[in-house]
Amino acid sequence: MSKTIKQQILISGVGGQGVLFITSLLAEAAISKGLPVFTSETHGMAQRGGTVVSHFKVGDFSSPLIRPFQADGLLVLKDENIAQHGSFLKPGGWAVVNSSNDMTINKKMVASAVDADRLAQEIKNPKSLNLIVLGLALARASQKKPDRINLFCSLADVKKVLKKRFASRKKLLDASLLALQAGSQAYKK
Amino acid sequence: MSKSKRKLLLGNEAIARGLIENGCSIATSYPGTPASEILAAVAFFQNQESLSMHTQWAINEKVAFEVAYAGCQTGLRAAVSMKQVGLNVASDPLMSAAYLGTKGGFVLISADDPGPHSSQTEQDSRLMAMFAKIPVLDPDSPRQAKEMMGMAYDLSEAHQIPVMVRPTTRVCHSRQDIALGAIPKNKRVVQFEKNPARWAATPKFRLQLHGELEEKLAAIARYRPTAPKKLNPGARSKQAIIASGVVAAHTKDILKELKIWSKIPFYQVMQPFPLHTRFINQMIETYEDILVIEETMGVIEMQLADRYRVKGKNSGAVPRVGELGPEKIQKIVSDFAGLKSKVFSIKSPPGRRPTLCPGCPHRASFFAIKKAAPRGIYTSDIGCYTLGLNMGAVDTVLCMGAAISQASGFYHAYKNEKKRPDIVATIGDSTFFHAGVPALIDAVVQKVGFVLVILDNRTTAMTGNQPTPATGHGACGEETETVDIHSLVEGCGVKFLREANPYEVKDFIALLKEAVQYSRKNGPAVVISKYPCVLHRARQGGSGEIIPIEVSDDCDGCGYCIKHFECPALIYHDEDKDDKHVTIDSILCTECGVCLNVCPKGAFVEKGK
Repeated sequence: MSKTIKQQILISGVGGQGVLFITSLLAEAAISKGLPVFTSETHGMAQRGGTVVSHFKVGDFSSPLIRPFQADGLLVLKDENIAQHGSFLKPGGWAVVNSSNDMTINKKMVASAVDADRLAQEIKNPKSLNLIVLGLALARASQKKPDRINLFCSLADVKKVLKKRFASRKKLLDASLLALQAGSQAYKK
Repeated sequence: MSKSKRKLLLGNEAIARGLIENGCSIATSYPGTPASEILAAVAFFQNQESLSMHTQWAINEKVAFEVAYAGCQTGLRAAVSMKQVGLNVASDPLMSAAYLGTKGGFVLISADDPGPHSSQTEQDSRLMAMFAKIPVLDPDSPRQAKEMMGMAYDLSEAHQIPVMVRPTTRVCHSRQDIALGAIPKNKRVVQFEKNPARWAATPKFRLQLHGELEEKLAAIARYRPTAPKKLNPGARSKQAIIASGVVAAHTKDILKELKIWSKIPFYQVMQPFPLHTRFINQMIETYEDILVIEETMGVIEMQLADRYRVKGKNSGAVPRVGELGPEKIQKIVSDFAGLKSKVFSIKSPPGRRPTLCPGCPHRASFFAIKKAAPRGIYTSDIGCYTLGLNMGAVDTVLCMGAAISQASGFYHAYKNEKKRPDIVATIGDSTFFHAGVPALIDAVVQKVGFVLVILDNRTTAMTGNQPTPATGHGACGEETETVDIHSLVEGCGVKFLREANPYEVKDFIALLKEAVQYSRKNGPAVVISKYPCVLHRARQGGSGEIIPIEVSDDCDGCGYCIKHFECPALIYHDEDKDDKHVTIDSILCTECGVCLNVCPKGAFVEKGK
């Protein structure tokens, strides 16, 4: 992997959805690839059910924050947040949203939908919607189709991180892998 | 650096690691966003490495400061961490400790919150350092924050002075891959050398100490290791940009993107106070036009003190209010450099407001308070329960402990009126310990007629469930003595004192009514509303009695529960105007059963009954 990789991803949701968790998975994936990583998150008062956003940067950056129209990608766990954070996406960037339908960000850009709430219910793990959204993005990154997205890490990289993180917690690991898989398969359908 | 030794650390964890790697032996704190994770991480490393040190959550920041300071008086390295408004509470010992100086290294970490994201004010702790006359370091990233712990201890011991490190939210709550260093094994000698002329100095000697302090500051303004750095040595211009903290990090990226990195000299200030004398002279002699970007006040700018050459907060070039996000800096820098850079500012909807968690016992308490004193004045305090605002059950929030003293103030203000309002104050258990006790004693002495509801959820919830003096365990999980709130309130001289479970809504409302009645004639009445925090319970794997709820056909969509109970698990449907109704989000609902007593139509019922 080239050291000149530079990617900025904004991850948006509300308190309790697991924004920080998937941010940390991406960060661990970057570290395991030897890439510099920088993230910024929401804590405290703002975390009590309010909007939660994390800025994720991999590559050579000094600032932890992403500016408007600079993000390479958006992961949106709550559909209503598109209105608030859609404008962080740069022209030509990609976006995945937890929603039953694709959502318009602006005249040129559309966030592709994965119905993570429904899929999470289907696999009987309602809190795994974050991993389902991430799973879909990772699946898109490994395709050769025209809507392929450019991501510094693969589905296999994130699975490796999960296996290391939950090495001693088999049940949690299996549930997490299942959710990631459900998200990635949603893309193929 | 090898790949395996790099670890993803939160800024606050990096600070903790920096303390440990530099031989800190005493670490104290009181929790407050964005500083809370520092002490927890110190405790983590202490346990992990089996270090013999003292790590503790103190009852408040003043006590935390004094405990750690005495540690440095014995020659040990000590540290105290807090949020910026916590430093207001600890400012008394700070001002005095600056005069007395230190023996072992002493680092004060005061985390600022430009924005503010989770604070009452945007105050700049660097100005507090200037006020106290101690040096302050301003890290730009988690990595630099860790490095600055070593710098701060060296500086402190070289000049026998307390040193402040001032991270901001974006440093505290960023994560970065950071190389871990070794932890020193050799222990220092603990030795308090008596020297009353210094450690208990009378005013006469204080004057002398003040003189010495000024000499120290003059020397620190010449101290090489903390001097400002020119980050782009090749750049030459009549203009220069100076920045410190995370703002310097934003500026660095933006100068590169605007392709003026090699053109405009860019200086990063590591030690905003005292600003290095040589640096000040060099800036004023070399450049005609100087832009200073810093958060949140013009501390560097005021020391440069040339109002013709220096642009910043005082000149109006840099906003004085709010966080300086990278998009703002892009505009400031572009204007300064005379570039027409396309700057986007986003006008986006505000997003979701924070609310009390589903199943939170505070919600039940607030609902009952409004029933018991419907036209009362509700004073409240700092903690999760500030969010009682959303329910109309909080009228005032000033600072830690003020719920009680403000209740007194309102009582005295209305004392001679014919119609006096009922006054109900709410305060959390940790906040009561922190600053509520003196205010309660004062209210007892002054016979203040009010009801105090102590929201005792057995933890410091807002900041991540740190222990309180009543919890029985310390920062490292060790067993501690407990102080019981009931006895404490009794000891303050309160005559009406009850304890009850707010989940028993009907009984709780009746009890509050009784307390209100009592307070009108007899003085303070205290009700301890006792039920553990839902988050804390979830983390510990326990849960209370489970009462599954459903909405019956009696729901007519009046919206009473949404407005007055405001539980996130209740979803209001008004899509069809003829069929407005409420449903329950089964993922969010904790099945606490409190809403059984909320609906005026009785539409919340137990499932299957």
